[in-house]
Amino acid sequence: MLRLGEIELELHEAGDGPPLLFLHSGGGFEPEDAFVAMLARRYRVIAPSHPGFGHSSLPDWMDSIDDIAHVHLELMDRLGLRRVKMIGCSIGGWIAAELATKTPDRIEKLVLVGPEGVKTGRRDQLDIPDIFALPQEEMARLRFHDPAKAKIDLAKLSPEQLRIMARNNESLALLVWEPYMHNPKLAHRLHRLTMPVLMMRGASDGLVSAEYLARYAKLVPQARIETIEAAGHLPQLEQPEAFVQKIVAFFNEGV
Amino acid sequence: MRAWHFSENAYPFLPPAEDYPSIRVTLPNRLYDPKKGAALYDRFLEEWQIAEEEGVNIMLNEHHQTATCVDPAAPLVLAALARLTHKARLLILGNPIANRRQPLRIAEEMALIDVLSKGRLEAGFVRGVPTEILPANSNPVRMNERHWEALDMIVQAWTSNDGPTSFEGRFFHHRNINIWPRPYQSPHPPIWVSTTSASGAAQVGAHGYIQATFLTGFKGTPGIYDSYRKGWREAGRAGEVPVNRLAYAAMVYVADSEAKARAGAEKLLWYITANKVSPWFRNPPGYSPVAANVQMMLGDAAGGGFGNFGGNASVDAALANGTMFCGTPDRVFEQIKKFYHHVGGFGNLLLMGQAGFLDHEETVAGIRAFARDVYPRLQEEFPDDARSGRDVAAAE
Repeated sequence: MLRLGEIELELHEAGDGPPLLFLHSGGGFEPEDAFVAMLARRYRVIAPSHPGFGHSSLPDWMDSIDDIAHVHLELMDRLGLRRVKMIGCSIGGWIAAELATKTPDRIEKLVLVGPEGVKTGRRDQLDIPDIFALPQEEMARLRFHDPAKAKIDLAKLSPEQLRIMARNNESLALLVWEPYMHNPKLAHRLHRLTMPVLMMRGASDGLVSAEYLARYAKLVPQARIETIEAAGHLPQLEQPEAFVQKIVAFFNEGV
Repeated sequence: MRAWHFSENAYPFLPPAEDYPSIRVTLPNRLYDPKKGAALYDRFLEEWQIAEEEGVNIMLNEHHQTATCVDPAAPLVLAALARLTHKARLLILGNPIANRRQPLRIAEEMALIDVLSKGRLEAGFVRGVPTEILPANSNPVRMNERHWEALDMIVQAWTSNDGPTSFEGRFFHHRNINIWPRPYQSPHPPIWVSTTSASGAAQVGAHGYIQATFLTGFKGTPGIYDSYRKGWREAGRAGEVPVNRLAYAAMVYVADSEAKARAGAEKLLWYITANKVSPWFRNPPGYSPVAANVQMMLGDAAGGGFGNFGGNASVDAALANGTMFCGTPDRVFEQIKKFYHHVGGFGNLLLMGQAGFLDHEETVAGIRAFARDVYPRLQEEFPDDARSGRDVAAAE
């Protein structure tokens, strides 16, 4: 745990090498996930739990994704990270985009995986399906290529794990409720992302559509899009090898 | 004891429940026939007027995007009632202040109705059920904090009478608060807050506002009232809590025969049975505390409210769990008396006296039978200024 102002921040670190800031999705960070070890073979993976997630505290004045970006920027200062590679998944991608607009010079390369954060489509249609108003089965289908993977045996989880799961969900709602899944200002700041940006999505992602990501990428000067087959909204979990391989290739470009 | 006739102004003319997933939030409004709806408003307003004639007070509420309560702007109906009635107290229970963006506007609406009714307003505030969240686009997290901050601003607006004041809170901001009209009652109309949780009740008690709880039955109500009294004491309020600070809402149907009462009560059960709601609307993240959500994940959901029935609603079950009082006047009096002593006393009975297909004649018959043959006995037996408390009630 690390104290940053009023916040107690949970921080996971693994591996050696060039610093890589990993910003987790709404489900929180799980250090045992296979992709973490794969990345840690090449990089020093620095993965904070966002305020309100995992064991990180959430002060009552915080209520936006942009608030979280400020915290992680402060974390970079605290750890003396002058320049990093950064990966953000889902809302972690949104946080990463917000952060990178503030200090583009400190982000060497940026990977956004199924990111939200901008409103690109019609006013009378949600860009991202309403995750708080859908049946579990439908959510499983939207989030996973193989919906069976969405099943969690709650009985096998400890009370602490259940508590974290419920709290993560609450914090997610707090941060993305309104405007739903976007910050209207972010789209107007994305031109500041002057670093190379890889935007990825799982081919079966039902939340972040190919059209959405294409419109998002148009707002980013140096973005390119890659798709991971047989994966949904969380390709880092469904296809960790392909996920890591594409990212490593991107990071190695021009080196 | 004071009694209040309450109707949710439901629109019951729906296809079979199997044909739709949820009566709230998603039910298409093409199923609403405005002509039938207009006739229903005529009828419900008249029933409130009849309640007044019979000496019963008036209560109404507000829900959104649902057929169960087609009163999405209760202050508008209340304004109509302010002019259609002349003596009944008018309780709105209530204003969903955590779901409305501008508390000052609510302060203005309530002050206006208080003046229109010449001081008959009882101003209630509710947090709102989970299915109100999506219709309001309201963040389910920190609702409680928004609720209390909004209420503080409203009270400030009502009680600041010497030119503009300002309010800069966590959630709400207003740099110029100077409402016209100010309330008719001084310093402001009585304030009610509904909650079905113990923690909520303690906060209501600390403020000394009137606490209302709905369908919490024998099981849930005593703990809520105990928490209210605890909150009252811990805030340093003097003396024991009078029963007039506590209210209980139950389905009530009275008739001169058990058979007729039972027939009416069966129709009142629509409140419980016609409440089909998709599970994912019932518990938006943040609406319930994390610990309660963990309990739910473990399959150990808290009881109370509609949960009293576990999917098996019947008049007998409702009578047994204390969510309904029905029968002949003698029987209903005894049921209420038993409940009163079980919970340590309450001074306001909110009569859910109309629901679903209980028609106009049946509703009016129920109101009259209650008002004429039960209410006078309740008023005599349970004075408004009696002290509440389970030990107090037992000693007396």
